[in-house]
Formats: sequence, structure tokens, C-alpha cells
Amino acid sequence: MTDQKHIRNFSIIAHIDHGKSTLADRMIQLCGGLTEREMSEQVLDTMDIEQERGITIKAQTVRLLYKAKDGETYQLNLMDTPGHVDFAYEVSRSLAACEGSILVVDASQGVEAQTLANVYQAIENNHEIVPVLNKVDLPAAEPERVKEQIEDVIGLDASDAIPISAKTGVGIGDVLEAIVNRLPAPHGNKDEPLKALLVDSWYDPYLGVIILVRIKEGEMKPGMRVHMMSTGGTYDVEQVGCFTPKKHKLTSLSPGEIGYFTASIKAVADCNIGDTITEEKRRTQEAFPGFKPSVPVVFCGLFPADAAEFEDLRESLSKLRLNDASFQFEAETSAALGFGFRCGFLGLLHLEIIQERLEREFGLDLVTTAPSVVYKVHMNNGEIKQLHNPADMPDVVKIAKMEEPWIEATIMVPDQYLGPVLSLCTERRGVQKNLTYVGNRAMVVYRLPLNEVVFDFYDRLKSISRGYASFDYHMDDYEDGDLVKLNILVNAEPVDALAIIVHRAHAESRGRQLCARLKTLIPQQLFKIAIQAAIGGKVIARETVSAMRKDVTAKCYGGDISRKLKLLDKQKAGKKRLRQFGNVEIPQSAFLAALKMSDD
Amino acid sequence: MRALYIHWPFCISKCPYCDFNSHVSATVDHDRWRSALLTELHYYAQQTQGQKLQSIFFGGGTPSLMKPETVQALIDEAHKLWPTALDLEITLEANPGTVDMERFQAFQQAGINRLSMGIQSLYDDQLQFLGRKHSAAEAFEAIGIARDIFPRYSFDLIYARPNQTLNAWEKELTQALTLAGDHLSLYQLTIEPGTSFYTRHNRGDFQIPQDDLAADLYTLTEDIMAAAGRPSYEVSNYAQPGQESRHNLMYWRYRDYIGIGPGAHGRLTLDGIKTATKGTRGPELWLQAVEAKGHGASEKTVINSNQQMQERLMMGLRLTEGISLNEVEGGISSEKLPFLAEEGFINVGGSNLKLTPAGRLCLNTVLVELLK
Repeated sequence: MTDQKHIRNFSIIAHIDHGKSTLADRMIQLCGGLTEREMSEQVLDTMDIEQERGITIKAQTVRLLYKAKDGETYQLNLMDTPGHVDFAYEVSRSLAACEGSILVVDASQGVEAQTLANVYQAIENNHEIVPVLNKVDLPAAEPERVKEQIEDVIGLDASDAIPISAKTGVGIGDVLEAIVNRLPAPHGNKDEPLKALLVDSWYDPYLGVIILVRIKEGEMKPGMRVHMMSTGGTYDVEQVGCFTPKKHKLTSLSPGEIGYFTASIKAVADCNIGDTITEEKRRTQEAFPGFKPSVPVVFCGLFPADAAEFEDLRESLSKLRLNDASFQFEAETSAALGFGFRCGFLGLLHLEIIQERLEREFGLDLVTTAPSVVYKVHMNNGEIKQLHNPADMPDVVKIAKMEEPWIEATIMVPDQYLGPVLSLCTERRGVQKNLTYVGNRAMVVYRLPLNEVVFDFYDRLKSISRGYASFDYHMDDYEDGDLVKLNILVNAEPVDALAIIVHRAHAESRGRQLCARLKTLIPQQLFKIAIQAAIGGKVIARETVSAMRKDVTAKCYGGDISRKLKLLDKQKAGKKRLRQFGNVEIPQSAFLAALKMSDD
Repeated sequence: MRALYIHWPFCISKCPYCDFNSHVSATVDHDRWRSALLTELHYYAQQTQGQKLQSIFFGGGTPSLMKPETVQALIDEAHKLWPTALDLEITLEANPGTVDMERFQAFQQAGINRLSMGIQSLYDDQLQFLGRKHSAAEAFEAIGIARDIFPRYSFDLIYARPNQTLNAWEKELTQALTLAGDHLSLYQLTIEPGTSFYTRHNRGDFQIPQDDLAADLYTLTEDIMAAAGRPSYEVSNYAQPGQESRHNLMYWRYRDYIGIGPGAHGRLTLDGIKTATKGTRGPELWLQAVEAKGHGASEKTVINSNQQMQERLMMGLRLTEGISLNEVEGGISSEKLPFLAEEGFINVGGSNLKLTPAGRLCLNTVLVELLK
């Protein structure tokens, strides 16, 4: 057991691509956590998607033993936190498990919006923060300018910022020394009742759920019966240990330590991030503050492209939920798309990740409908309905009013792209709250309705700023909205999966865009196809797909029969990828693509 | 009634649009080929006794590169092996090259009574684009000779070429009509996988008329040909009534035909069972197979009644005359008929089902709707 004064718990805060994972890898290497052979690039991001997208989805931890210049050996617990806006709450819990943070800023890029949000969270958690300037070896590096920026924007003293290159390994030793010398050691009494913070959990097919914890007070040992304060569940601890980053069994976890335990828990859903774990028979008085059950804010329909895969989809969703309790699903039927599931997510990226994993890891072919937020519908009879599927919108005459969720968004963008970013926010009904400059970068804070963001806000922001704008948001509150349901009709048949809820002032332009987009997505057929957007009975936009005029094989003689018939069979099989509405066929891809509208 | 198809797989060069079984070979052992074709003729004759031959068709490749003696030997043998119709139609496909033209007379003497020429265009630059080895002058000359020698002749043109306007095609077709006999085959250029045009078209080297222009070109062709007394009797074939290619009608009416030679297909009723036959594609392999076992067939498969209906429908709907619904009953989604009729794609009169001109232009889509 390590003396508390030789323990340091820290996390690394960085924007995507600013070098967080590479720095972590270098530190693991320097402390001998893994042999050269075991070092695969970016050890901590274990999922394919994490590695490809350069984002961490699950919190991970590594315990390093570092022999410092003072001759003492320190236990360093590195907490790698989820790196995206959708997981802000998860990040805050990971930070709550540490006493300090390493703030990594790319010396050629500067501070980004997301970094900022995480730093503020670290400050809220009373973290000691060590600024590190990465990529100082790059010719474009401007360490002095970035230091100034850290001081101006974040308000941190950057005079001691450590210049490093995680890629070449320069400065890594200095970072480790700073962790030892500048970050505080944890406090906690071994004899107090157990009080541990649940940081994250994931499913292991052999051990059941593995729970990542930070021990604040008391000790955790195998055989102990523990109690989770938010769910009331009790479990017998079977194994405790830490990650080096390999799983390593220990006899106990002491105050100040970060580690894992297993207790034959079957579902991740029983383990709420932020929950307080205590000993069943000797309970702590008070739970940790700030616990929030995770609430999905973005919903969409997921349907199997092949109706026969419905059960496979259900099974795959259940398997994914084993490891990610923050998304929800329930069966849904659509006149357009058949049987599928309505799924709820923490945000758009979360949605994309789950969708991608279903397609990649489970080999499913999916039709995704437009994402929707959760509206609060106040009925005339006083009832309040939570509406997360436009198709379920009640009859307008029964609705007293509707409320929609708003977010507060922080956008950082180079000066020259500020104009378009401001127009985009205004166009999306945004209300400006703040605008400040740091050198040639602007930082704008906007309140925005979430339903304006879920469509294609990211894509638009990226394209109008050539990828330079960074974006972060948190949920704000609900506000009354003048909202209407926009129906799409194809040859007079309403297509439920294409219905959306929009602000009245935007209904007409959105309707026109949708019709225009659908026109490009619906292939020509033997007859002309009318695409209409309507509110209630009133048609507000219309497009026509002209009838196909020519599709005939010029030459077909005795020797061609088998081959041409095969081609027709292929054409016929292609039709299965289309969904039938009356006589009209709509390709499955149209359902989501229709909503990724460009404004130009 | 049945038809006989004989495939000659060789060409002097491969055309960039052609996806037929054709090969360029420096030397061809004509004696070996003659005897192999005769051998296979015997092989199929043994299985198809009784019924009369209605037509013989020498296709390719370029069958006008065959020695007239070979053509003669095959025709003579066919007369010995099967009873033949009094008005037996014997067609040979020919190119307007010099070498081929010199043989026209000899082909006529060998028994060919209908010549079908691959003219493709009347303009030198277009012939060059299409990879043809003949000039426009040679084309005119060949047509002139054929008109003098053969009782019936036809030629092919390829239209809907890159940058071709309605006016330009009207002009070319009108000129072609002054040279034409009672039959013309007019094909829209299509880009087939495995051809050099396919690669070049995908690379964006050229574009061909699509959709509306292609449809307008087709409709214009139909109008001009009808006005010239040679209306369409099939998607791409036009003739004075009575002068249709009897051989090709056998395909479209889904009658039996025997296929001789490499890669040749056949549809035969053997012991009451409709059977598809297919020759080995590679010329050398086919030759060796025939010499070793008396035939070059690589496949012989039974076509079940459902497949028969599909094939019959696909072929029959190409014809202006249409098909008899009785023959495809159960093989089509008949519930689609009222809709297709209402939209003006088909005409149903009694038991006859035929496509309207608009329907014929969208034949593939209509088939996908109709086929079960």
C-alpha cells in the first residue's frame, strides 16, 4: 500500500488531436507500464471507433509507478476522460475523482472551445492545473502566443507552462516531475466508513460489470458487502485492483486510490456514474454532491434495412446497452419503415457512435430517421407530455403550448470566419450572450434551441469555418416555442418517418429545402412524383420528380437472354432497398440525408 | 419450326462498344473450324429431329470473314440434316470492308439470301470514334453491292452518340433511308461493362445522351421510320411489314433455336422439356472440345416453367405485336396490369399484352414491375 503523500491523481484535458493520447502513451512508456512490444499506438483508446475518431468514449485509468528526482516512488493515477461535449457529465465525474489536471494545448493551434469547457469543470472541481504546450517542435508552434491565450482566455497562470513534444518524447519527464511537485496529494481517512465515487463501468463477459472507483474515505476489500446510494443496490465485492494498464489484482483499495472492483453485477445500467458506494453495514453519512442520472436529449428511429433483421437489431441494442447505459431504446412502428426502435442518446455524436457500432460490430444495415429533441407538450387538460417522436405529436387543437430545450453553446473561431458563424447562429434562432476576442480568435457564447442544432449544425459550422471552429454546449433549460409539425407527403401520402417539428417562422423555408432535397434523392419512376410539405392541411412547398422516360436495353437477341434476365433480377433486388409509399418508392438513405440540408 | 444460329467468333479488330463473344486472331485454321462446326451441327441434329428449319443465321464476330466454302458446306449440311422451310431465310452478318465485299457474290452462291451489314454511321469521324475499320465511302459501296446481289439486305446504325443532336441524327437517318432496303436495325449506343468504351466513359472521356434527349432521339427515330413505311416491329428493329428478320423473330417469340459455335446459346425443346444450351466461350477451347467429344456445349440446363415465362415476357414485350397473356399467366404480377395500363405503358386487348411506345422506352422498369 502506498502512503497517501505518494499518490497523485490527475486527468489530462485536451482538445481532439492536441496530443492527449500520445502524451499518455509516453508517460506509460517512461514509467515502464508496458513493454515496447505491448505498446500499440494510443493504448487507452481501445475501441476501433475511439482510435479512428481520436475520441475517448469510456473513462479509462492507468496506474503508473514513477521514481521521481527526489528518490521517492510515486503512484500516479492517470484518468483518461471521455473527450466530447455529449459526455460532459461523465467528464465532470472523472474530474471529481482527481486532485489535478494536465492541460494540454497544441502550441500551433491554441485553446479550443471544448478544452475551455473541460478546464472550467476542472476549476470547479478545485483542480490544480498544470499547463503543457505540446507540439513545440512544429515549425508553426507559437508557444508565447498560446501562453498569452491561456492566461487571457482561461485566466490561468501560464508562466510555468511546460513545453513538450509528445511525439518525440521531449519534456515528458518534466511533466511527470510537475505532477509530483505541483499537484496535491489526496486526503482521506482509512478508518472512516467506505465512501467511493463511481466513475465509470463497463461489461466484461467473464467478470460481469467492472466498476471504476475513486476511494475517498475508508477501504474497499474483497468480501465486503457494498451499497450503492442512488439505486439502493447491494453487492459483494469479489475482486479489487488497478490497471497498469493491464488489469492487476490487489488486496485492497485505500483512500486516495483509483481502481476497479467487480461484484457479479449483471448490468451496467445498475451502475450510475457519479453514484456513491459505501459499506452496507457501516454507511457513510452523505453521498457525493452533483449526482445526476443520465438523461437522453436526442432521439431518433433506427430501423433495420431488411425487416428480417429486426430481432438482430434488438439483440445488438441490448448488447450495446450492457456497456452503455446512457442510451435508451424502445420498440417503435412506422408506417413508412416498419418495425424498429426509438432510441435516445446523450447527443448527436453519441447517436453517431451507436449507429456506427451497430453497423460495424454487428453488421447491421440501418435506416436512421432525423434526430429529434424532447419537447414538453402542455395539453389543454393540464397534462404534460414528453414528445420525442414528431410522428406522435398530438392534435394541435388539444395543445395549450409547447416547450423546447435550449442549450448554451460556446464557439471559438478564427476572426475571418466569425461573420458566417454569427449568421449561422442567428439563422438557427440563436441569442448572442457574449463575444470576446483573444488575438485573432473570437469566442462567442450563444443560447440556441437544441432542435436547430441536431439537424446539421455541426456540419454547417465545420464547412463555413473550413474546420477551424470548435464547439461545445451544455443543456440550458426549456422555453416556450411556437412550434409546428411539418409533414412530408409523397403523391399525397404522408410519410411519417419524414415528419419534423420546426419553429413556425422556419417552417416554410425548411419545407422548401426538404422538398428540394428529396427531389434529388427519389429516383425517377414510371410516373411523376409530387413531393409536398404541409402544415396541417396547408401545403407550403412542392417539388416534382419527372417521370422516367427511357430505360430499355437496345440489343437483346437469343444469346443475351440469360444475361439480361440476370440484370433485371439485379434491378429488382435494388428495389428492395426502396420503401414503398402507395406507388412511390423512396430509397432508405433519403430518410436521414433529407435532413442534412445545406443552406446554399 | 426452329432456327439455327452459327457463331463465327473472329474479327479483324475489336470494336470499343462491343461486348459480344468476339476475338482477334492472327491466324485461323479454316479447315479445322469448318469440320468442327459441321461436327457440332450433327451433334444437335441428332437431338432435334423432325421439325422444320425456318432460318439460318451466321453471326459473330464477323462471319463475312468465313470462307464462302465453309458457309456453303454448313448450309448444305443443314439441308441434309433437317427438313427446311420453302422460304428458308439464310442471313449472314457482314462488314463493309474490302475483303468482305469481294466475297459477297460467293456468299450469295453459297445460299445466303439476306445480308445484314454493320454500317453503324455514314460519317468518317463517327466511324473512327466507334472504332470501325471501314470508311463511309466503303459503306456506301458495300450497300450498293449488297443491293445488287442479295434478295434482301439490312444494315445497322448506332445513334445517340456523344454530342449527337436531334437534327444531326434526322439528317443521317434520312440519308440512310435513301440507301436502305426494307429493313434497318437502329441501336442507341449503350456502354457495356467489359468494353473499352466502359472504361473511357467512366473516366469521363465522353458522355452519351441521357434521359430526355435519348428518349426524344428514340421517338424521332420511330416517327421517321413509320413515315418511311418501315415501322418498328421490335425495340431497335424497323421493317416494311412482312420483311422482318424471321430469324430474330424466332428469338423474340421465344421459339426454339439451335446455337452452334463458341459461346452460342440455344433454347431447345428436348423430349418436351425446354432446355438452354451454351457453347464454351473460348474459341480454342471450344474447338478442342468439339474435336474431343463431338460438341462444345459447356452448359445444358432445364428451364422451369417460371423461368420460361420470364424469358418469354422479356423477349416478347420487345415486339410491337406483344405477347399472349395466356402464355405468361402465373409468371407475372397481374395486379400491376391495371396501373400500368392506366399510366399508359401497356395495352391489354383480350389476351394480348403489348407495350405502348412510352412503355417500350421504359421496358426494363416495366419488366421489373411485372416480373414476379
